[in-house]
Amino acid sequence: MSVIAMRKEHLHELPAETAGEAPSRPRAFLDLSGVSIDFPTRKGPFRALNNVSLKIAKGEFVSIIGHSGCGKSTVLNIVAGLYQATEGGAILNGREVNQPGPERAVVFQNHALLPWLTCYQNVELAVKTVFKGRKNKREMREWIEHNLKLVHMDHAMHKYPAEISGGMKQRVGIARALAMEPSVLLMDEPFGALDALTRAHLQDSVMEIQADLNNTVIMVTHDVDEAVLLSDKIVMMTNGPAATVGEVLEVDLARPRDRLALASDERYNHFRSQVLSFLYERQRRPVE
Amino acid sequence: MSNKLINYLETAGLNWAVPVVRLCRGEDAREQASELFTKVGLPLIAVLVFLLVWSVGASQVKTSLGVLPGPAAVWHQAVNLYDEHQAQREKADAFYQRQEERNAAKLERNPDAEIKWRDYTGKPTFFDQIGTSLLTVFTGFVLASLIAIPVGVACGLSPKLYGAISPLVQIFKPVSPLAWLPIVTMVVSAVYISDDPLFQKSFITSAVTVTLCSLWPTLINTAVAVASIDKDWINVGRVIRLNWRTQVFKIAIPAALPMIFTGLRLSLGVGWMVLIAAEMLAQNPGLGKFVWDEFQNGSSDSLGRIMVAVITIGIIGFLLDWLMVTLQSLLSHQKPAGH
Repeated sequence: MSVIAMRKEHLHELPAETAGEAPSRPRAFLDLSGVSIDFPTRKGPFRALNNVSLKIAKGEFVSIIGHSGCGKSTVLNIVAGLYQATEGGAILNGREVNQPGPERAVVFQNHALLPWLTCYQNVELAVKTVFKGRKNKREMREWIEHNLKLVHMDHAMHKYPAEISGGMKQRVGIARALAMEPSVLLMDEPFGALDALTRAHLQDSVMEIQADLNNTVIMVTHDVDEAVLLSDKIVMMTNGPAATVGEVLEVDLARPRDRLALASDERYNHFRSQVLSFLYERQRRPVE
Repeated sequence: MSNKLINYLETAGLNWAVPVVRLCRGEDAREQASELFTKVGLPLIAVLVFLLVWSVGASQVKTSLGVLPGPAAVWHQAVNLYDEHQAQREKADAFYQRQEERNAAKLERNPDAEIKWRDYTGKPTFFDQIGTSLLTVFTGFVLASLIAIPVGVACGLSPKLYGAISPLVQIFKPVSPLAWLPIVTMVVSAVYISDDPLFQKSFITSAVTVTLCSLWPTLINTAVAVASIDKDWINVGRVIRLNWRTQVFKIAIPAALPMIFTGLRLSLGVGWMVLIAAEMLAQNPGLGKFVWDEFQNGSSDSLGRIMVAVITIGIIGFLLDWLMVTLQSLLSHQKPAGH
């Protein structure tokens, strides 16, 4: 069956599916259904993801966790529109995802700031394009400054990326993504390249911003603590090839969450051990 | 303030002057002195050793034009060339003054008189030749860059286009300027016909030859640079949905700029080398022609004068490279290597 035909079928399926669900549950804001992807290799197509289905509600913070190489970033890239699924597809707010766009802004693992632009100009490049014709010059400037303030980078906004630390760069990367006013914020191991203290700092900032804006967020991570601390829902992926969703864990800890208080919290530790046992017992990586 | 000065010096590639500034500021004298020794002292010693070997070695070689000139003889010729230049300038000034006076007198007698302006037609001096060579190389280089950068960017963006023109590039890249020259000469004489030519034919011929040879490094470097831009940066542009133009001018070109500059540096270097050879053959006024004329002249001064030209060519080549490196560190986000 052709890819287009598959997609059409999913589109038709959508109303039926939502109708079948319990009426109290909100219709999924972002709906991944039956997503599979093949990468061409010399030995023929390599199936990285197989039949990944996932529903995410508006305002939900979802983490995708799994061992390295399990394709968790691939899922994110499909939602971002940077990769095209071989089968199945993603539907955001009733519209099919088939190309990248600012409504699905991405925070890249290595910040991906353009080194020849200052922090301000990096955000400006996005704002100028996304809000073209919708904001005037002054509003744009205020919006850029507002977003840099949100990530506590207003003091260094006219510095170049080479002049600030890794954590600060990632803050600017987050500001750039937030400035696009995305429906879904996609974060690809956003804190992976940072040291533990900086990471904790940024996690707190993200929680703060999340409490403010109530964004829908998908974050790819390999850090169990990070996943439990930040998420409403943790999607645990099986090992590749042909990786898929193994289990979904709802983390209904009250917000705002405080990392110190949670460290000795029983339920926090329960969630933590559930993720750990999934990763290290059921999905133990074969010795490499 | 002195920090700013140090920054300027480093941007300009004058690293050797930094310890001097630091010394003046009263920083640790011993450390700065040893810095100064490695940056200034050692190169100076090397130059002195070279001059010594040269002067001893040259005196051993007898040619039909006399003994090979040593450093002293070459210096003497350099001074000579400068004096000749000054003398020639004075003659030219006198000529123009006479002409002006004559014309003024003519107008006084008859206000409707037709006035003729003639350029001074004295022999171009060594320094005039340098000027001509620089003009020619820049013309050729700018022409080459104007072609190579856009084509390179297009090739970098489209692997298909790159694949299509790659064989042509591979074939024409290794061709020597001397092979191009006869063809360029014939084509220029056939195509460039005008009663009142803005440029001399020999100038066009040399410039076009420079262009043909200095196209390739810039073209290849630009294409490779654009093709190998960090994928994340491209993805940033895709997520923002930049239009094609912004994607090229705000992301692709700035990202490729360090490598484009490396290409330009190579091109200018190649162009300068090619130019000298082209001038010798095309008889375009310039340093190459100067060397050739001196060689044909065969006086006892000739070898010394040719060596002045050789050293001048070297120094200008070095200055051109320095100019490009400085431009690069001013314009692109990456500091060039070896600066």
